[in-house]
Amino acid sequence: MGLMGETGETLENYDVVVVGAGHAGVEAALACARLGVRTALFTISLDVIANMPCNPSIGGTAKGHLVREIDALGGEMGKAADRTFLQSRVLNRGKGPAVHSLRVQADRVRYHDYMKRAVESEKNLDLRQGEVTEVLADGKTVCGVRTRLGAEFSAKAVIIATGTYLKGRIHVGGNSYESGPDNVMPAGKLSESLAALGVELRRFKTGTPARVHRRSIDFSKLEEQHGDSSIIPFSFDQSGEKLENKVICYVAYTNSETHRVIRENIGRSAMYGGQIHGVGPRYCPSIEDKIMRFADKPRHQLFIEPMGLDTDEMYLQGMSTSLPEDVQIEFLRTIEGLENVEIMRSAYAIEYDCCDPTQLLPTLEFKEIKGLFGAGQFNGTSGYEEAAAQGLIAGINAAAAVKGGKPLVLDRASSYIGTLIDDLVTKGCTDPYRMMTSRSEYRLLLRQDNADMRLTPTGHEIGLISEERYQRFLAKKAAIEAELARIRKVSVSPGEEMASYLKSVGTEPITVGCKLWQLLKRPQTSYRGLGFADPERPELSDDVAEQVELTIKYEGYIDIQLRQVEAMRKLEKKLLPPDVDYSLIRGLRLEAAEKLNKIKPLNVGQASRISGVNPADVSVLLVWLGRKGG
Amino acid sequence: MSTVAAISTPDGVGGISVIRISGSEAIAIAANVFRGKISPEQMESHTCCYGKIIKDGKIIDDGVLTVFREPNSYTGENVAEISCHGGRFVTRQALRAVIQAGAEPAGAGEFTKRAFLNGKMSLTQAEAVMDVISAQGEQALNSAANIREGKLFRKVKEVSDGIVKLAASLDAWVDYPEEDLPEAEPEQLMFHVEHFVGSLEKLLEGYDKGRILRQGIDTVILGKTNVGKSTLMNCLVGYDRSIVTDVKGTTRDIVEESVRLGGLTLRLSDTAGLRETSDPVEKLGIDLARKKAENAQLIIAVLDGSQELDGQDRELLELIRGRKAVIAVNKSDLPVKPDIQKLREFSPYVAVISAKNDGGLEQLEKAVEEMFLDENFDPGADCYINERQKFCVEKSLTALKETLEGIRGGITPDCTAVSLEQAVGPLLDLTGERVSDTVVAQIFSDFCVGK
Repeated sequence: MGLMGETGETLENYDVVVVGAGHAGVEAALACARLGVRTALFTISLDVIANMPCNPSIGGTAKGHLVREIDALGGEMGKAADRTFLQSRVLNRGKGPAVHSLRVQADRVRYHDYMKRAVESEKNLDLRQGEVTEVLADGKTVCGVRTRLGAEFSAKAVIIATGTYLKGRIHVGGNSYESGPDNVMPAGKLSESLAALGVELRRFKTGTPARVHRRSIDFSKLEEQHGDSSIIPFSFDQSGEKLENKVICYVAYTNSETHRVIRENIGRSAMYGGQIHGVGPRYCPSIEDKIMRFADKPRHQLFIEPMGLDTDEMYLQGMSTSLPEDVQIEFLRTIEGLENVEIMRSAYAIEYDCCDPTQLLPTLEFKEIKGLFGAGQFNGTSGYEEAAAQGLIAGINAAAAVKGGKPLVLDRASSYIGTLIDDLVTKGCTDPYRMMTSRSEYRLLLRQDNADMRLTPTGHEIGLISEERYQRFLAKKAAIEAELARIRKVSVSPGEEMASYLKSVGTEPITVGCKLWQLLKRPQTSYRGLGFADPERPELSDDVAEQVELTIKYEGYIDIQLRQVEAMRKLEKKLLPPDVDYSLIRGLRLEAAEKLNKIKPLNVGQASRISGVNPADVSVLLVWLGRKGG
Repeated sequence: MSTVAAISTPDGVGGISVIRISGSEAIAIAANVFRGKISPEQMESHTCCYGKIIKDGKIIDDGVLTVFREPNSYTGENVAEISCHGGRFVTRQALRAVIQAGAEPAGAGEFTKRAFLNGKMSLTQAEAVMDVISAQGEQALNSAANIREGKLFRKVKEVSDGIVKLAASLDAWVDYPEEDLPEAEPEQLMFHVEHFVGSLEKLLEGYDKGRILRQGIDTVILGKTNVGKSTLMNCLVGYDRSIVTDVKGTTRDIVEESVRLGGLTLRLSDTAGLRETSDPVEKLGIDLARKKAENAQLIIAVLDGSQELDGQDRELLELIRGRKAVIAVNKSDLPVKPDIQKLREFSPYVAVISAKNDGGLEQLEKAVEEMFLDENFDPGADCYINERQKFCVEKSLTALKETLEGIRGGITPDCTAVSLEQAVGPLLDLTGERVSDTVVAQIFSDFCVGK
């Protein structure tokens, strides 16, 4: 097939074309290029690369875990956040290491600048402004893309990462218009092309709060929120640069008056007024949703956060809404500290096309269309971190497909990334999917502090982690193991110093000698705190000490989880042939057979997680496999 | 799946036997062996037809064929049931005819297994069917039926839902640190977990009661030699099971028998009479009797009412102190010498009987019922769990107790959530809402042939 531009000239040949340069597209394109395949990254506007059209923040519960996993595999998001953050905090400090969650307020413009520069400086990667309107295919195999200007580009793999741009439509009250986020031009025609290829599309919606002017806020009435004094970076690959907080954030609260205004105008909300047909995120509700659904809650919290160092725009976290502009200003002004608030950008809801992710393999390639991959919000998720994680995996697997290498599928016990993708392709989603720690059944294993221990070897094997970084990782691992072996032998005896330490942290004294690790198992004690009783202790970095402490302290619970993993992997090892017609298996219920035929699970473990496949069906599968001698 | 067949009524008992055929070919196979007014292939679901049962071209019996078409049958498959005229020989001939026509003999519990696999019943219901089949006595049947109706399922689900809800509230608090959600107070967590522990412990109590209903009460008859232990056993059993002689020490090993007493089943062990002896074989028997008594759920201590109590009798009475026991004062046909009031100090249940003449047995029955069918023991309302279910409940309980210990020790909420989930898993295994690859095999190996 001849590849022709509008003027009849042949345009470029690529291995991989990535459509969309948001958080998914950027990671996908960087991964492909770094793995040595010739890659093009298309974006409607070069000025919105890695834009944060909603909250200018990276991380948070479970999302912080994702960022650290992305980093351990060799992705870019963590580094970008470390270089451009304004304020850094670890959330959930008191709730246990499994749920400690790093979250930073990021400078929206500088984050974009960083990522644009990262993409530009990658050899093997062409950054192109242009709207892709068509995916070209030879039968059911992808062979390139065509842009709005008529130019064609060949490609062996195409990654769709269109975010909320695809047939994007913004709603504010009763008004609506075609638009991408932040009033950027939407993408239109690509939907038809994808549908023609057999991709099932659906409408989802999401929303964002208003941005207001700093000078219109009375900060004297607001609670201040400072960053952590000691900052933990996202990236395990540290350059040694000093990390510091640059801004203060603020907390405010809605009140009964706010709620009254919203209730009285509820019919004018685009969502409640019926203008929006897309399904919104249950886990990230708009303020009118919160007020209607939790009517007995007297107040809701909101955070007022700067959008960047070079702007006076402030973000109102928690106040997403599709109410009309006049209602927005009215209810915001009922809030203490915001009595004179001025809106700079109004809140809006946005509807967009996305795919049903159960059409995807765990590699994020479409089952029925060879070479076509999906990533990010296009796959039905919400959130920058979820998008970046999928972009990275789609990129790795597209590159593997082009090079004929082994695909990367992470299982649920390895990572939140694996959990996210397994949920998407196995269970699908009926509303925008947000990552949460509760989605992982193995959360004591999948901590953010050990993401490098879990995934760096994989990143190195793929080729995204440099040899130098891998050697540093191995050294850290060896240091942890050596210290664990040493500390198991250390004995301590009761004494005045011991008694006063144990008392100071609020735990029982000891009356006879014991092993140091036994004391470290107590929730109240710490590795550093017990240093006085362990004179032989070597000089260790904080991250090594942390691993030693957590490994010992949570040993029992970690063992429980390891046993669960073992049980899961047993079912995961019972492979199901990809070509089986489940409607021919006697004893399977009709619904289950249909679901199994649609999802085509790789193994019984995955089959058991499909909604609509009940335990009885799973036993039928096991019996069937047993009879087959499988 | 193949088409299978089995005799689904108790072997050789009752006037009518039923041969059940299940599988896609069930009706075609029935058509091969059954000739009625209408061809079985033409029969509508849930209809029956009178006709002849044919084997090797000969009529072997007449009977009724009932047809159920999938999915509206016990197993969810096509089912044909041939009722014929009982009798071991005829029934077996009919089954043989069915197998010649292409059915495979059903494995243990196969029909119920298929019903479970076809989604016709839940795991607890399937297990209850097994208990119904082997249920002894009316009480057990009621209780088993309750489980099949989903009573146990609901009770366990109540607890597992509760735990899931608690874990979810913890998760929400953890996942939404910016949503101003109320903090999970340790005291409150403990309050809830303790409640779950209580509910599960109640279910465990049901295990012991359930075992009594299903398997009978492990009962041992003790007494010194020649007070009439074997006579009592025989009187309860209704025929001479033990050798009754006037020679002391006739019963040397343990003789066991199941008997019905009122609404309950006793698994009776008659034992060697307790006495000092130099006979090594008899001594062994006596030791065995003592050991048996240690583990028994009920002791019937037999005294000779025609004699004053002697040292050995007193020794026996000391042995039963604090145990579930009935003191049976035998030989009421002769003047009763021991002081009944004094005997009550050792056990409140004293029955004056005459084993020889079946006298006073109703006192014994009343005593046993009072002991085991207490006011709270309502087989209509309670559910009694079996071995596998008990295992699941115990596993869940262990996890809940660890959760409590963890919270008391100040463990962080992420661990609390993990151990709560650890407690939910076994309960889901119990109700069959979660399947591990071993559980199905484990359950179905227990089923008996037939239903």
